[in-house]
Amino acid sequence: MSLLHTVNKSPFERNGLQSCLRLAEDGHAVLLIEDAVVAALDGTEHAETIKNSAERLSVYVLGPDLDARGLPKDRIIDGIEVVDYDRFVALACEHDSIQSWL
Amino acid sequence: MKFGILVNEGPYQHQASDSAYLFTRAALAAGHEVFRIFFYHDGVNNGTRLTVPPQDDRNVVDRWSELAQEHSLDLVLCVAAAQRRGLLDADEAKRHKKDADNIAPGFRISGLGQLIEAAIQSDRLVTFGD
Amino acid sequence: MSEEGTIKKLMYVNRKAPYGTIYALESLEVVLIGAAFDQQVSLAFVDDGVYQLARNQSTDGIGMKNFSPTYAALGDYDVRHIYVERESLETRGLTVEDLMPLTYEDEDDDWAEKDSLRVVDSRELAALMSEQDVVLSF
Repeated sequence: MSLLHTVNKSPFERNGLQSCLRLAEDGHAVLLIEDAVVAALDGTEHAETIKNSAERLSVYVLGPDLDARGLPKDRIIDGIEVVDYDRFVALACEHDSIQSWL
Repeated sequence: MKFGILVNEGPYQHQASDSAYLFTRAALAAGHEVFRIFFYHDGVNNGTRLTVPPQDDRNVVDRWSELAQEHSLDLVLCVAAAQRRGLLDADEAKRHKKDADNIAPGFRISGLGQLIEAAIQSDRLVTFGD
Repeated sequence: MSEEGTIKKLMYVNRKAPYGTIYALESLEVVLIGAAFDQQVSLAFVDDGVYQLARNQSTDGIGMKNFSPTYAALGDYDVRHIYVERESLETRGLTVEDLMPLTYEDEDDDWAEKDSLRVVDSRELAALMSEQDVVLSF
């Protein structure tokens, strides 16, 4: 079964993303929303971890949350896909269940 | 696809309710069914009709009420969580001898069984929280 | 009680310490109500959630209700699968000895008392999470 994991907290503040990456199986999807979108940017101290994870997981970031925070899409780590709410819904449908890392 | 939505934080303090609202709207627009939206923890605060946000801000509570009316959504506040936090419908207010009730249109108060039922009956449960 | 006889695999994931916020207590309330629905239920304790199961909780000094004895009663509610992530324990300097013993009585084995708590590593827990129809996170 394939899970969609949503993460909503900055990895600079909370460990939800780290735990999600530890417990997500190969082939799962991770969607960064709300404050977690900061983890999608390249050049942060978490970027290497995300890059390594993106080799075995599909990583997405919610565009409206990036825009709200003024985070430029051209600085997003290669391989992370920017999605809108319609695609968020589609991702929820495509996966067998959704785990929210609150 | 049938969705159940769980909202665990109140309005304004957290983005959770906004994200849940936008997700729900997108799901409905795509033709999906939303079986129930369950409000738990501080999420029950989304259901007070006494909210008065500044004029230039969104009205999170009214927005839920309007969406519920438009799409016949089932918005459920957990009774135990609601009572702890001072959210009462007319019946509860009477039973507990309180002088007011404050539930917004489109919301109803019910038990946690409604959350479990939503989890079982929906194809997907999506949680928004802190 | 489930409609159309649907039986789903339902996991409650607890990642927050008790008392500082109400999540642990209100999560437990969902588990107790959910037990009436005859689903395949399991609980996972990850990250600071492992502190919910600490022995010797005493809340007299903070004026809050100590709800930890309820975990020990979960066996009576047919909640028999309680997983604690080993990595979460280790990074906190804890062992299973620091946690409350959690058991259930097995009616198929002359009501023998059996452990419901099992320490699992991340890999095993990840596989268990992947099997679930519904994950409720608190």
